[in-house]
Amino acid sequence: MKILVCIKQSHSLGDDAEFNEDNTDVSPDYLEGALNEWDSFATEEAVQIRERQDETAEIVILSVGNETADRALRRCLAMGGDRAIRIEGLENNDPISVGHALSEVARAEHPDLVFCGAQSSDSVQAATGAVIAGFLEWPVIAVVTKLDYEPKMKKAIAKRELEGGLIDLVEVDTPAVFTIQSGINSPRYATLRAIKQAERKDISVVEASRFSDVGYRVRRMFVPPKANGAELLGANVREVARKISAIVKEALK
Amino acid sequence: MKALVVAELLRGEVQEVTWELIAAARSLGCSVIVALIGKGTTSLVDRINVAGVDELFIVSVESAEFESDVHRQAMQAVYAEVKPQVILMGFTINSIGYGPALAAQLGLGFASDVFAIRRDGDGIIANRAFYGGKVVGELEFPNVSGVLLLLRRGIWEPVKEAGSAVTRQLVVNCESGRTRHLEFQEATAEDQVDISSAEFLLCVGRGIGKKENLGRFEQLAEKMGATLAVSRPLVDAGWVTRARQVGQSGKTVRPKVYLSFGVSGAVQHVAGMKSSGVIIAINSDPEASIFNVARYGAVVDLFEVADELEKCF
Repeated sequence: MKILVCIKQSHSLGDDAEFNEDNTDVSPDYLEGALNEWDSFATEEAVQIRERQDETAEIVILSVGNETADRALRRCLAMGGDRAIRIEGLENNDPISVGHALSEVARAEHPDLVFCGAQSSDSVQAATGAVIAGFLEWPVIAVVTKLDYEPKMKKAIAKRELEGGLIDLVEVDTPAVFTIQSGINSPRYATLRAIKQAERKDISVVEASRFSDVGYRVRRMFVPPKANGAELLGANVREVARKISAIVKEALK
Repeated sequence: MKALVVAELLRGEVQEVTWELIAAARSLGCSVIVALIGKGTTSLVDRINVAGVDELFIVSVESAEFESDVHRQAMQAVYAEVKPQVILMGFTINSIGYGPALAAQLGLGFASDVFAIRRDGDGIIANRAFYGGKVVGELEFPNVSGVLLLLRRGIWEPVKEAGSAVTRQLVVNCESGRTRHLEFQEATAEDQVDISSAEFLLCVGRGIGKKENLGRFEQLAEKMGATLAVSRPLVDAGWVTRARQVGQSGKTVRPKVYLSFGVSGAVQHVAGMKSSGVIIAINSDPEASIFNVARYGAVVDLFEVADELEKCF
């Protein structure tokens, strides 16, 4: 059994934003990278399937990015990934470009299952997994909150969580792509020993295959005007509490 | 230019987002075609035949409920028939379960959670947020024959006035789908609280730090006469049952007062509470996106203000 887990170094922006020269992205100095939260659930799910069902299963962690993505890859290796692949040299980071690059590696790796986080915390496209499935022409089940894989039957039964919390129980033929929702499991904290071991695991770097299509190109990025932002109630907590109390009592009258 | 709207159905009901998508398509000033994919949907035609829709495709498939594979195949057939320059779908759990795959297969431009669209000559410009909503990106779609966009819910004013669209039938014989809907299950409601009917919600988020702090706010809610609600991370962590979750995968709420402590205001959370009467947000991070939707805000220590508030009630 082989499970491919696609992960992302997600970027958060602090109080200030400066843009690059052509205003098409925030300059990297203002961004803080960390493993995307949803991807830690995806990695944990793969590790649990191995523990439960097949201890010989191989877990390959895959990401797109430069060497700064290695930190996120190492974290997933410390959680239990066996090896990692990083795809370099991709010009665009829209979901179609990224999904295409990931799908090319997936095709070569022949996994039984491909996992992605249901979304990333920075871009919230919620699309990469389904894009991979599109290029591979594989089935995809999105926003999975429970997964039962039956390798002998080549199928899986998954719960998906729809708007309002309604559960959609589905069956899917494998190989397939699954996008994993947060809360499906409790991602483990890697032990010091596991972190040390992960340092020695292999991260192979491959060049992105040539692909001319892009999902979109960013014309410009800007900080949205905050014209209708909240009226601030001050910094004195007693004063703030008094004002909130008055607003609440007035509104409920 | 032709815009194709994909109607969204769930358990035989047309979902609100459908009429929002039609409004968005109309705003482009091009012909609007709606695809209604499902089984035995003829009775729904009148509901979707609203002002501004030029053509309505009834796409008959074998499965009554959403199935990712069936929808992919059905939409490929519709695309071949209509050849639209723009496909609009909702940024919903079902649409994200096949829309991006369809865009990849058809070689279309793609973006999701789009909240503004406009025409630019023969092309489309779309806006969406980046970096946790702190930055907006204006997107263009070069060298493609069409674009598929998943639009954020609650942005466009739904169109519901009766229309006069021409109705056409399209039967799609799907090969056996590799994804099969088995059944729906209601979310387990061990907690009987109904946050969607509360007049006053006190909502806590990740900012409260640890589980031990939850009791502090339960106590405050009780003192203030509010119902306690939470954002998704607290449910994921198992601190609170799903019944109290506000947001896309939780409940949509419209209380008279929504008071939040340490809720950052992720897009999915805001989707579930932005129609509340008065929104008051307290967060120690001045850049939290919740302040963009709140009427009143305070950047103070959550626990200090909670202590002071308790004295006021």
